[in-house]
Amino acid sequence: MIAESGLIFLWLAAMMALLQSLFGISVLNNRLENLFSGAVKITAIIQAALALAAFAMLLWLFMRVDLSVMLVAENDHWAKPMLYRLAASWGNHEGSMLLWVTILSFCGALLALFSGKSDQKLLSLALGSQAFLALGFFAFLLFVSNPFTRLNPPASEGLGLNPLLQDPGLAFHPPTLYLGYVGLSVAFSFAVAALLTGKADRDFAKSMRVWVLGAWVFLTIGITAGSYWAYYELGWGGFWFWDPVENAALMPWLAATALFHSVSVLAKRDALRVWTLVLAVTAFSMSMIGTFLVRSGILVSVHAFAVDPWRGSFILGLLGLYIGGALALFALKIGKIHQGNHFVLPSREAGLVLNNLFLGVILAIVLIGTLYPLLAELISGEKLSVGAPYFNLIITPLALLLCVLMPLGALLRWKQDNWMTLKWPIQISAYFFIIIEYALYLKGKWATAPMASLAFGVAVAVAVLCIWPLFLQKKKLWRIRLNVWGMVLAHLGIAVTLCGIASTELFSKELLTALKPGQQANMGSWRVHFDRVMPDMGSDWTAIVSDIRVERWGHSFTLHPALRHFTNPVTDTSETALKTTEAGQLYLVLGQQADDGRWQIRGWWKPLVTFIWGGGFLTAFGGILILLDRLWEHLQKRRRKSRPDERQRLFL
Amino acid sequence: MQAKHQRLILGIIALVAVIAAGFLALIAFKKQAAYFYTPTDAVKAHLPLNRNIRLGGMVERGSLTREKDGVTIHFLVTDNYQKIPVAYRGIVPDLFREGSGVVADGHFEPSGSFMAETILAKHDERYMPPMTQQQAAATQTTLQEK
Repeated sequence: MIAESGLIFLWLAAMMALLQSLFGISVLNNRLENLFSGAVKITAIIQAALALAAFAMLLWLFMRVDLSVMLVAENDHWAKPMLYRLAASWGNHEGSMLLWVTILSFCGALLALFSGKSDQKLLSLALGSQAFLALGFFAFLLFVSNPFTRLNPPASEGLGLNPLLQDPGLAFHPPTLYLGYVGLSVAFSFAVAALLTGKADRDFAKSMRVWVLGAWVFLTIGITAGSYWAYYELGWGGFWFWDPVENAALMPWLAATALFHSVSVLAKRDALRVWTLVLAVTAFSMSMIGTFLVRSGILVSVHAFAVDPWRGSFILGLLGLYIGGALALFALKIGKIHQGNHFVLPSREAGLVLNNLFLGVILAIVLIGTLYPLLAELISGEKLSVGAPYFNLIITPLALLLCVLMPLGALLRWKQDNWMTLKWPIQISAYFFIIIEYALYLKGKWATAPMASLAFGVAVAVAVLCIWPLFLQKKKLWRIRLNVWGMVLAHLGIAVTLCGIASTELFSKELLTALKPGQQANMGSWRVHFDRVMPDMGSDWTAIVSDIRVERWGHSFTLHPALRHFTNPVTDTSETALKTTEAGQLYLVLGQQADDGRWQIRGWWKPLVTFIWGGGFLTAFGGILILLDRLWEHLQKRRRKSRPDERQRLFL
Repeated sequence: MQAKHQRLILGIIALVAVIAAGFLALIAFKKQAAYFYTPTDAVKAHLPLNRNIRLGGMVERGSLTREKDGVTIHFLVTDNYQKIPVAYRGIVPDLFREGSGVVADGHFEPSGSFMAETILAKHDERYMPPMTQQQAAATQTTLQEK
C-alpha cells in the first residue's frame, strides 16, 4: 500500500499545483487579487507537504526493499547499508525526478512562508509560476516516469546500486546539486512575475537575491564535491573532465554567478533591470537543460532516446514550453519594463557588467560545446565528441581574463569611482606576478607548460587583489561587515582553486609501472615500496588490498589502494588511496595483476591539489557569509521595529 | 550618455560577445572535436595520422596481450566486420574486459595500429556502443533470415 499512497500523494500534489497556478494567474485581475493572494500561499504549502509525503513513501519503499515495486527491484538490495538504500532512491531516473519536483514544491512553500515583506502581487504571481513549473514535472512523473510502478510478480532479489555510486559523499551529491538547480526556479518565477506586473525594481531584486545566492551556494558545494568524487573514485587523477554531465552542472553555476552579481547591482543601484530578468530566465533554463541532458539518456547516444522516446520527448516538450514561454513573455512585455539607472565607466556596476559579459561568453562556449555533438548527430548522423581539448583551448584564456577582472570590480566604488583607485593594488599584485613568473621561467616551466605558468602567477596576483578590499575598509578586521568578508572570501576561493589547478599542472609527478610485492620504484623525489597484497571483505564485496609504503626526506606513509569486487550488481572497482600532506596529496591506484604475478601501480604526487576543492568550498563559504549578513540585517530591522513596544511595556 | 542608448549599447555588446563566442567555438571545433568511428568507418575513412578520433566497438575475445613493462596492453577493437589493433599504456578502467564495449580516444600510428590516450568503458555493464548495437542487431537478423 505504500506505493499506492505515494502515487495518490503525487496526484494530489499535481492537482494542488494546478489550483495554485490558477490562483496565481487570477491575481492579475485586480478584483480577485485580495481573494486569492492568501489562497495561493496555502496551496503552495499543501502542495509541498504532499510532494514531500510522496517522496517519503519512496524512501520508505527503498528502506524496506519492497521488491514488488519495479524501481526498488532495479536499484536496491538487502545487503546494502541503510545509507545506500536511501541514496539508491535518488540514484535513478524516476526517483531523482521525484526528488527534483519535491524540491521545486518545497522552494515554493518556503517562498510562501518567508517572503512576507515582498510585494503581494509579485509574490502571488511568482508562486503561480512556480506551481506551473511543478505541474509539468508532476505530469512527467505521473504519465511517463512513475516511480511507484508495481512489478508483478515481485522480483526475488534486487539488482542493487552501482558500486561506483556507493560513497557517502556521493550519496548527498545529487540532493545538494538539485537544491542548487531547483533553487534557481524561484529566480525564474520572480522574473516571470516581474514581467507580468511590469515592475522590476529594487524591491523585486531584494526579494530575489537571497534565493539566487542560496541556490548558488548549493551549486558551488555540489560541483566542488562532485569534482572531488570524480577525482578519487574514477582513479584517473583528474578533477574535471568536461564531461557533458559536469557541464550540465557548470552551466547553471555560470549563469547563477552572473545573475547574483547583476541582481546585486539592481538591488543596490536600480540598474540592469532587463539584463537581470534575462539572466534569471537563462539560469533556470540552464538547470532544466542540465536535467534534460542528464536524465533523458540522450548523452549515451541520441539513439538511446529511442529506448523510451516518451521520456525524452516529454522533458524536451516541457523545456520548450517553459523556456519558450518565458522568452515569449519577455518579448511581449519587455517594453513595459522601465529603464533603470544608468552608470558611468569606472564604477563597480561597470565592473560587474564586464564580469557578466565574460561569464556569458564562457557559458555560451560551454553550451555550444555540450549541445553541438547532440545536434550534429541528430541532423547529419555524424558522431563526435567535444572534450577537454576544445574546452581547454578556449575556456582557459577567457577564464584567466575573468579571474583578473574579478577582484578589480570589487575594488571600485558604486556609482562612480576614479581609475586611480586601482593604481596601488594593481602595482603591488603586478610585483608578485613578475616575481613568480621569473621564478617559473628559471625553473624552465615556461617552455613546458606556458599556460599553467601564466595561470600560477595570475592566481597569486589575483589572490592579493582579492583581499585588498579588506584594507580599503580602514576598520579593524573583526569590525568589517560580514558581506564584505563574504565577497572577499568567495573571490579568494576562486584564486585558490586556480592556484591549485596551476600547481598540479606544473609540479605533478607521475608513476606508472608494474611491480611484484617487495619491489620498489621512484616517483619524483618519492620512493615507492610495494610491500604486499592481502584479501579483505565487506558486507557485499570482496577485495584485494595492497600495502604500499611511500617515503621522502624521512617522512614515510603506508597507503592501501585496493581492488574491490561487488556481487550486486557484479562489478569490479578500484579503490584509490590518498594521503594528504601539508604540501599536497599522494594518490595511488592498484591495477590488474599480470600473468607473471606483477601488479600494475599508478601513482601521482600532486602538490597543492587540495587547493582546488578548498577554494571551491571557500567560495561557497563566502556565499554563506553574505547570506548570514542578510539574515542579521533582517533581524536587526525587526528588533528596531519591535523596540518601541518593549519600551512602552516597560513604562507601563 | 542617454539612458535609452546605454541599454541599446549594452545589448549590442552582449550580442557581439556571444556571437564572438560562437565563432571561437566553431574554430576550436574544427581543430579539436573528436569524431566517433567504428572500426568499419575508420577503415573506410583513411584518416590522417595525427587526427584525434574516438574509436568505439567491442574488445575482441582472446585478443588482449600485455607487454613486458606490465603496463602497456594491446587488443583488437571490433564491430564484427573490421578489427583494429589498439595499444594503450596505463591502467584500464574497472569495466574494461574482453567481449565488452569500449571507446578509445587517440590517433592512428604509421603502422596502422591505434594509439589510445584514454580508454573508456561505460559504467553500465549492459552498455554497448550504439553503432555496434545496431550493427549487431542487423547481423542477428541476417543470420535469422538465413
